[in-house]
Amino acid sequence: MRHRLTKGFAVHVPDGFFDAAVSVSAGAVAAAGLAVCLRGARRELDDRTAPMAGLVAAFIFAVQMLNFPVAAGTSGHLLGGALAAILVGPYTGVLCMAVVLLVQCVFFADGGLTALGINITIMGIVTVLVGWGVFRLVARLAKGKGGVTVAAFLAALVSVPSAALVFSALFWVGGTAPIEVSAVAAAMGGVHVLIGIGEGVITALTVGAVLAVRPDLVYGARGLTTPLVLRGAEEATAGATVGATAGTTVTVGADEEPVATRSPLRAFLLGGLGLTLVLAGIVSFFASANPDGLEAVAENHGFLDQATHHVFGSWALADYGDVGGIPVGVAGIIGVGLVLLIAGGVAYAARGREKARV
Amino acid sequence: MNSPAVNSLEVNRLAYAYPDGTQALFGVDFTIRRGERVALLGPNGAGKTTLVMHLNGILTAGHGSVSVAGTPVRKDTLKEIRQRVGLVFQDPDDQLFMPTVRDDVAFGPANSGVSGAELERAVKGALERVGMLEVIDRPPHHLSFGQRRRVAVATVLAMEPEILVLDEPSSNLDPAARRELAEVLRSLDVTVLMVTHDLPYALELCERSLILSDGVIVADGPTRELLADAELLARHRLELPYGFAIPAPAEHG
Amino acid sequence: MGAGHHHQLYLAGDSVVHRLPPQCKLLAVAAFAIVVVATPRERFWAFGLYAVLLAGVALAARVPLTYVLRRMVVELPFVLFAFLIPVIGLGERTSVLGVSLSVAGLWAGWNILAKATLGVVASILLAATTEPRVILIGAQRLRLPSLLVQIAMFMLRYMDVIMDEMRRMRVARESRGFEARNFRHIPVIARSAGALFIRSYERGERVHLAMLSRGYSGRMPMMDEISGSVGQWATALALPGMALAVLGLSAVQGLSL
Repeated sequence: MRHRLTKGFAVHVPDGFFDAAVSVSAGAVAAAGLAVCLRGARRELDDRTAPMAGLVAAFIFAVQMLNFPVAAGTSGHLLGGALAAILVGPYTGVLCMAVVLLVQCVFFADGGLTALGINITIMGIVTVLVGWGVFRLVARLAKGKGGVTVAAFLAALVSVPSAALVFSALFWVGGTAPIEVSAVAAAMGGVHVLIGIGEGVITALTVGAVLAVRPDLVYGARGLTTPLVLRGAEEATAGATVGATAGTTVTVGADEEPVATRSPLRAFLLGGLGLTLVLAGIVSFFASANPDGLEAVAENHGFLDQATHHVFGSWALADYGDVGGIPVGVAGIIGVGLVLLIAGGVAYAARGREKARV
Repeated sequence: MNSPAVNSLEVNRLAYAYPDGTQALFGVDFTIRRGERVALLGPNGAGKTTLVMHLNGILTAGHGSVSVAGTPVRKDTLKEIRQRVGLVFQDPDDQLFMPTVRDDVAFGPANSGVSGAELERAVKGALERVGMLEVIDRPPHHLSFGQRRRVAVATVLAMEPEILVLDEPSSNLDPAARRELAEVLRSLDVTVLMVTHDLPYALELCERSLILSDGVIVADGPTRELLADAELLARHRLELPYGFAIPAPAEHG
Repeated sequence: MGAGHHHQLYLAGDSVVHRLPPQCKLLAVAAFAIVVVATPRERFWAFGLYAVLLAGVALAARVPLTYVLRRMVVELPFVLFAFLIPVIGLGERTSVLGVSLSVAGLWAGWNILAKATLGVVASILLAATTEPRVILIGAQRLRLPSLLVQIAMFMLRYMDVIMDEMRRMRVARESRGFEARNFRHIPVIARSAGALFIRSYERGERVHLAMLSRGYSGRMPMMDEISGSVGQWATALALPGMALAVLGLSAVQGLSL
């Protein structure tokens, strides 16, 4: 059963797995997140955004095919959210993940069209946000290249079960299958911690491999390393690229690497807080409203009490009890207001960062 | 003395250093007249590709100037320059980035504002000149390497450039593809500057050659003469392929 | 995930469906998916009719059944999960063929199976009748952010190149006797991934230079304008329209019971 759930998670969520309320809300979150990241990525990469992000998306797509053994007989797939964030930055990272998911959904029928919001939120936004947040926190504490590698490991490690946790939370709120949520959470969490370890190891080693050859290409290590100078072949410097063939390509205005002057960490803590609050707001809103068809069936067949006892009783509802006690309407308004505030705050903070960079 | 209007390309005292301070070009001078086909030879690390990047403004020189058919290469003339200088990169996969051949060939002229029937004409015309009209609707990665090379040439031809600059055009081509490309290049009536290691190719296609070594032009003359000077070649790490003997002039024309 | 992705879904043809503008088809499939997902799971015959509608589209598009079936493999894990739910589900239980199954679980399993399958088949039919690049043009016309579409375009274009590089690196590794079997081999894989990233990134930079060299100034030139006529929109939207009618009918019938 655990193996199946693992595979179930590695494949994208199809239509019908979540109810309308959660699907639509997640769609809104995904859309808002993408809007913010579109502007942010353009600021990071300017007119290079399309080819660069496209190529990195192709890389993520390829790397998601990397299977690694997790336990006897079980294997995990690399998700790549933390890796994307560390290599190309969080804004571009989210875009790359989202494009991969979009392409998989529309071109390969992997993932439901109505579940796009959920898939992008969980596998695109949550993994990148959590990965980047953890990375920045740890990298501040542990300096140098070694610190970056450790930070990469922890970032990827935490990002995977976080995504599983969000999946479980959304499942609790609006999953259409009447399964004991704590069982889902436990199974998801357990296996995904293992997968997280695998992802952490691969992410750390990959980041390390890139750092060793082209440190200027690791967004998360900006300002950390001195440019390489290679003699004999054409020179390679920060801002220059050595082509795979004999020749150098250099971009005009090569020193356009974004400098970490202001605190991008603030913007992302804000973003992460915002996402958490929004999800909590949604959870509280719908927990009170009891939206799904399960309830209708439960009422019709007279086992509502039983359902309540199993599905809603076994989790640590005590933590949510207070939130759930807020009148539905108020919770909804708070949720919407928070989304606007956070989105505005992130955009403002990011704009401020741009000015300081010049 | 040639009037500037007849010169496709003029490079004057061009000097350039990389961001880390290493200097690559130490004052490069040469002129190419309209209609000429010139080969740019030189050892690895000489700065050939770096030099070529100055021709369409990708790199900005620290000193000296470049002008194309009388127009100087400057920040404000970049759009015009890039239409006039058709740069064909060494790896066609860098250059063919659109989903179909048609889209790729149309990209250049479309950026200059060409559209509709005129765009269609430009695309078909360019593909015809390289003999690749039949693959117009295919994705680039379904073509062979030699075909992709030729399509890459078409992508810049569609912009009707003043000068075609090719970076290692014959590399990785099998003999048949090599010959086909040579035929195409010979049939074009545009000025050509070809960066190449392939000395026989240079001899076959270009009546004049420049040798770039240590950041300066060390030789400029008829290809045949340069290649016959074994000492000159040796001094700059150039070598004729094993068994290759420069054919007598009557054999190719 | 995995090898299944590499099946090109597009099936060349010249049917009515193939000729419809992409934005019409995209919207039609999305609307259809929404109608399907919004249908309460008790209304079996509604789902049956949806399937008939899709069969009609497949017929009109001349897409063979086997073609669709083979590409539905991507759905397999969730299908298995759907069958599992009644076994592990909660609530009142009933006995089917001697096996104790949850009633709510049976409903939920059916719900997921029906909706997911219909969604996947609709997506497959869309991809079978529309080339990837054309789908992107349609997405752009539907006001999907232009930057997103461009990124997707580059991703599609270079997907094969990157995967090919990955394959070549694997072949190079295996030629030297390496095969990833356990945890200890992960560093080698990771180093390959690192090399792959560098190559992808550098290609991205070179592509950007190639674009600059051909006059790119920040905005992609609009080279294709396929606008849909009223008739074409009507044809495409017939699918979700009829599905909606079915949904409405099922609601009315539910009320009259």
